[in-house]
Amino acid sequence: MGSLLQVNNLKTGFHTEDGMQTVITGIDFEVNHGEIVGLVGESGSGKSVTSLSIMQLLHDTPGEIIDGEIIYKGEDLLKLSEKKMRQYRGNELSMIFQEPMTSLNPVMKIGKQIIETISLHLNMSGQKAKQHAVSMLESVGIPRAKDIMNEYPHQLSGGMRQRVMIAMQISCNPSLLIADEPTTALDVTIQAQILDLLKDIQEKTNMGILMITHDLGVVAEICDRVIVMYAGRIVEQATVKEIFNNPKHPYTKGLIDSIPKIGAGLDELYSIPGAVPSPKNMPKGCKFAPRCEHVMDICNLEEPALAMENGRSSRCWLTQEQSQQEGVVGHGQ
Amino acid sequence: MWQYIIKRILGLIPLLLVISFVIFMFIHLIPGDPARLMAGKDATLEEVEEVRQSLGLHEPFVKQYISYMGNLLQGDLGYSIKSGAPVVDLILDRVMPTLGLTFLSIIWALVIGILIGVLSAVFRDKWPDRLGMLTAVSGISLPNFWLGLVLIQLFSVQLGLFPTGGDDAGWKSYILPSFALGAGIMAMIARFTRSSLVNTLKQEFIRTGRAKGLSGTSIVFGHALKNSLIPVVTVAGLQFGFLLGGSVVVETVFSFPGLGRLLIDSIQFRDYPVIQAEILFFSLQFILVNLLVDILYSYLNPKIRYD
Ligand SMILES: Nc1ncnc2c1ncn2[C@@H]1O[C@H](COP(=O)(O)OP(=O)(O)O)[C@@H](O)[C@H]1O
Ligand code: SF4
Ligand SMILES: [Mg+2]
Repeated sequence: MGSLLQVNNLKTGFHTEDGMQTVITGIDFEVNHGEIVGLVGESGSGKSVTSLSIMQLLHDTPGEIIDGEIIYKGEDLLKLSEKKMRQYRGNELSMIFQEPMTSLNPVMKIGKQIIETISLHLNMSGQKAKQHAVSMLESVGIPRAKDIMNEYPHQLSGGMRQRVMIAMQISCNPSLLIADEPTTALDVTIQAQILDLLKDIQEKTNMGILMITHDLGVVAEICDRVIVMYAGRIVEQATVKEIFNNPKHPYTKGLIDSIPKIGAGLDELYSIPGAVPSPKNMPKGCKFAPRCEHVMDICNLEEPALAMENGRSSRCWLTQEQSQQEGVVGHGQ
Repeated sequence: MWQYIIKRILGLIPLLLVISFVIFMFIHLIPGDPARLMAGKDATLEEVEEVRQSLGLHEPFVKQYISYMGNLLQGDLGYSIKSGAPVVDLILDRVMPTLGLTFLSIIWALVIGILIGVLSAVFRDKWPDRLGMLTAVSGISLPNFWLGLVLIQLFSVQLGLFPTGGDDAGWKSYILPSFALGAGIMAMIARFTRSSLVNTLKQEFIRTGRAKGLSGTSIVFGHALKNSLIPVVTVAGLQFGFLLGGSVVVETVFSFPGLGRLLIDSIQFRDYPVIQAEILFFSLQFILVNLLVDILYSYLNPKIRYD
């Protein structure tokens, strides 16, 4: 193992009419070689902004990284020139997106889109690059790969398009793949196939994957470790096993309860009441307090810190009080 | 692709039939007796009858149409009333200057228009954008006869770079009139390219391109531009069809011996066979331009080709 990516105190904000609005408020986490880390949270928690910050793809948005370090293989990506960063994107660290429909260029043949990546980063000429592209398509389970090379995205199904996307983005054998909701737009059976494929690729290549999703079900399927994000902060971090056996943060519990159960009717679907607060209307204390059923006086006054304990962490007064009490009790014994 | 093109060309046949019929009807739609009109006010009865015979107007309607179509297919468009010359010769004399003029203004419009549009989109809200869009708004709002007069005054009279009119100075005679003719469309293309490209650059596949490690230039020219030109071509194509209307005005301003001037002359003289032939020619050109635009469109947008 060993650390592949280390995000230190990352702060990202957006320029708005009311000035700079911080959306990611100083987060720390890491992804190791060969590890699949889930980054989970409801829509609007800041998962995509986090991933775009790592890739430094905020160009076309009013977003900007305010502070922090993104250490990739020992090198701070934020200190690299844009030119150097371009050589890394698609090559060292790569990314796939939610909408396979709109994430591929609709007027360019699939083969050409893949070859473009290959010839950009690998020293391969026409025929060789083409062969490599075909073998990439085959490796992600696309039948008739040679024909597909000459087709356009609209001629493929959503699942096939996402496979094309994966083939394209791993064609230069990156060490880190960021997958931003790669299965959200797909139906359930296709979702499972794509997750299997990603797991498969990870095992073969030992690449690290940062799996972004709002669905803890996806996490249970393929992740080793989970980072739970809420309102631009990390609120809990643990192994998958720990998260499901013993979730510490009330938000994590809510997310677990929101996983659709097989066989359950639509009316039995649970969702956490309320919504993620917007950066404009952040609660003063714990950002989850307005939606938390365990809310206490202190929660509204002061935000709890992200406290480490036995290799896992949680940001909640409940567990911090408990651990203090446990500590006292333990001391007495 | 070829299949699509052939399909489109075959699809034009009914349209061509309708158009030729309408143009054939043109003479019959003139109020009053066409033979008397064409023979002129002072014509004797015999002269009117002669015209009627020569135009075949005494024949039954259906027979007239058949012989008209027969002549048309053989390239016989009748004779000018004014000069007595075959209409085909009159048209052929004037075709090349007008086609050259139109073609050149389309090139101007596309090349400069797209260039301005791309620069404006890439440097959105910065000075190249402001300058580009100022040019575009001026180009759209200035009538082309006025622009023509200004160009003559500036580049021909003051600077002496180009002739003031006519087509005797080779390529130099084409520069100013084609610019005056294309300016409006150029401006429109610039604006459409800008807004379309700005829109395309927000699409998700652009982010994919960046995630692959592409540079900004590769993104704009390799991915965004082709997508952006799809709506531009649709709008520009229609405008190209109307260029001929503009060429009538511009040819007059620049005393340019093209079809536009011929049309003005023929209308003044009521030279109906020539007018008829010109309408036919303009319609054909309109159809041809539209066909080319459709083909270009299908080249840009693969979805069209496969549906
Ligand atoms: N282009 C943008 N302009 C302004 N604010 C944005 C933009 N994109 C995201 N944000 C802000 O960042 C927050 C987090 O968004 P995002 O990372 O997309 O959430 P997630 O991916 O977890 O659903 C949003 O609540 C929004 O306020
Ligand atoms: S700190 Fe308080 S409000 Fe926040 S999650 Fe814990 S119990 Fe709920
Ligand atoms: Mg997102």
